[in-house]
Amino acid sequence: METKTTVPFEGTKEQEMQLRQIIAEMKDEKGALMPIMQKAQDIYGYLPYEVQKIISDDMGVPMEKIYGVATFYSMFNLEPKGKYQISVCLGTACYVKGSGLILEKLKEKLGIDNGQCTPDGKFSLDACRCVGACGLAPVMMINGEVYGKVNVNDIDMILAKYE
Amino acid sequence: MYRAHVLVCGGTGCNSGGSKEIIQKLKEELKKNELQNEVSVVETGCHGLCAQGPIMVVYPDAVSYARVTVNDIAEIVEEHLLKGRVVDRLVYVEQTLDSKVTSLNETAFYKKQKRIALRNCGIIDPESIDEYIGTDGYEALGRVLTEMTPDEVIQVILDSGLRGRGGAGFPTGLKWKFASGNRGNVQKYVCCNADEGDPGAFMDRSVLEGDPHVVLEAMAIAGYAIGANQGYIYVRAEYPIAVERLRTAIAQAREYGLLGKDIFGTGFDFDIDLRLGAGAFVCGEETALMTSIEGNRGEPRPRPPFPAVKGLFESPTILNNVETYANIPRIILNGAEWFASMGTEKSKGTKVFALGGKINNTGLVEIPMGTTLRTVIDEIGGGIPNGKKFKAAQTGGPSGGCIPAEHFDIPIDYDNLIAIGSMMGSGGLIVMDEDNCMVDIAKFFLEFTVDESCGKCTPCRVGTKRMYEILDKITKGEGTMEDIDKLEELAYYIKDNALCGLGQTAPNPVLSTLRYFKDEYIAHVKEKRCPAGVCKELLQFNIDPDKCKGCTKCARNCPANAISGKVKEVHTIDHDKCIKCGACLDNCSFDAIYKK
Repeated sequence: METKTTVPFEGTKEQEMQLRQIIAEMKDEKGALMPIMQKAQDIYGYLPYEVQKIISDDMGVPMEKIYGVATFYSMFNLEPKGKYQISVCLGTACYVKGSGLILEKLKEKLGIDNGQCTPDGKFSLDACRCVGACGLAPVMMINGEVYGKVNVNDIDMILAKYE
Repeated sequence: MYRAHVLVCGGTGCNSGGSKEIIQKLKEELKKNELQNEVSVVETGCHGLCAQGPIMVVYPDAVSYARVTVNDIAEIVEEHLLKGRVVDRLVYVEQTLDSKVTSLNETAFYKKQKRIALRNCGIIDPESIDEYIGTDGYEALGRVLTEMTPDEVIQVILDSGLRGRGGAGFPTGLKWKFASGNRGNVQKYVCCNADEGDPGAFMDRSVLEGDPHVVLEAMAIAGYAIGANQGYIYVRAEYPIAVERLRTAIAQAREYGLLGKDIFGTGFDFDIDLRLGAGAFVCGEETALMTSIEGNRGEPRPRPPFPAVKGLFESPTILNNVETYANIPRIILNGAEWFASMGTEKSKGTKVFALGGKINNTGLVEIPMGTTLRTVIDEIGGGIPNGKKFKAAQTGGPSGGCIPAEHFDIPIDYDNLIAIGSMMGSGGLIVMDEDNCMVDIAKFFLEFTVDESCGKCTPCRVGTKRMYEILDKITKGEGTMEDIDKLEELAYYIKDNALCGLGQTAPNPVLSTLRYFKDEYIAHVKEKRCPAGVCKELLQFNIDPDKCKGCTKCARNCPANAISGKVKEVHTIDHDKCIKCGACLDNCSFDAIYKK
């Protein structure tokens, strides 16, 4: 099992205490594992080995199960995300309006592939499923800020805001 | 008492367009003009006309403003709300009409609709339980608990003919009946599937954002009918606004005693918890959804046993979709006959569709079952933009198919859509025009399925991957006629052998495009040509010598140095060097570059 991510783990004591307290409160609820993992990701931003281990120890759930759940769902990240998280909607409505081209252009501009983070930790790029803003298709988001009716030629301008 | 109400759409579409800032500014401007005690600002759910968002409606005049920006607010407040003069330039005008329609209800977009599930969306403040109660909210629950037996409730739902709005169309009353045995002696659960995963579909999100209490009320009714006292709503984490409003609604309902112990003093207990999804499409499948609520990898389980017998935590469970629930209180209050009077013989009531893609009025519509595609696209949807020709409408997402122009006049219902090789699905309706390549669309959906296949069964895990590879080959101009046959054979094999609904329906996009657009497949294979001009490998960019002015802009923007030519002379593209990025096409000011 791949246990370590490439980026060193920098969790604080406060984060750990917060997580352990949440686990203590929730662990007896039915089906608590996923909600706890979601809270853990809220605290740390991602779920590295060290965090999975805390959950495993405190809940008495084997690591293999936690790793299994973490890798099944696309919203759980084993690697940290960039300072600015870019997601391009590849829902059908956006796709038929050309969001595939936008993703290609971003890959080219940032020099990274879908799901990766730039080496300086600044931008990470993801294709996402429908964000539900189909009226504004094609749509991309940077840290939750929605850019609608995006044209390939707008991308430089949009990225420049975050330089 | 307020003399005017300003309703600002706070759905996800309008929110992305800046409705939060608009509300903020509106409140400031009202205060500046000392109108804050005369005019109330209400943040509502989705109005449906997302293409024109952000939408704002001013009552009592019912004037609708479209594409409102923060900069328009001062004018609206001063002119309309202070001086009573409508701001003409912002009033929503329907494109097909000459005269300005100032009331949304009179536009073709709304006139042909019948809003039952969306009844309150865009009308009430979704964060106020009092507004929901003010529109007969929780009255159905009260009636059920005080005047009806659980069996009577099930009978009404059976008689109404309501079928599941999540896709497959299973009769809702029957589902409830199967789970109704042994009431009071066993633990049972009522679940709500709010894991709306079809790309391009946002019906359920709009109900949750615009009218969250209707779902809570209906789940409590279902709980009473089958004898359950715990409910779970499994909602996508990608819908933060919906999640927040559900949280608020649950807290309010508990505070009012409409959830919790001894509801309406009848001794009936029912409570609801939220569970957030984590981005797995397969969790929209009922058994996978339950596996996920239990805290596991969301893999489907074989059926039987059906969830009505052994579902969540091994207990009898019913699972209905958001839109299905949104119909329940109305059916209880207005009666089964009322509901059954709408729609077609086997599909009763209405259906909400999310219109998207190449259509003028992208947004949310609710139409009686049996409405034709022509009415939906041409009249309600306002037709195709830029004078392009309609090619197909895609329904049912990755499980559905494409409906070609020849079936434009078929009444939309569950059975008709199945008969023409598509399916109702949850209600995404994506319009495609002549510029969309159907092989590319099939590939797009298969890529989605490959990505989202949970991997438990081989036909889906391996089969969809092989199908994707063949499609990829064809779009690159490397396919053979045997590949097309193989694709079809594989499709039927997967349909028959996959474990769950996702796998069994995954080949549908391929089968339906093969059925109606086989000529496009053949053009890719035999002529190495993409008729719609989408598949990059098969495209060639050329310069029209009659239009080229020799401005050199294309050559300067070409990243591959594939364009040559002197200033003020016709340029040419070297096809060996060209990487088909389209930069020349985007940059040409004279429309001189074309692809074929």
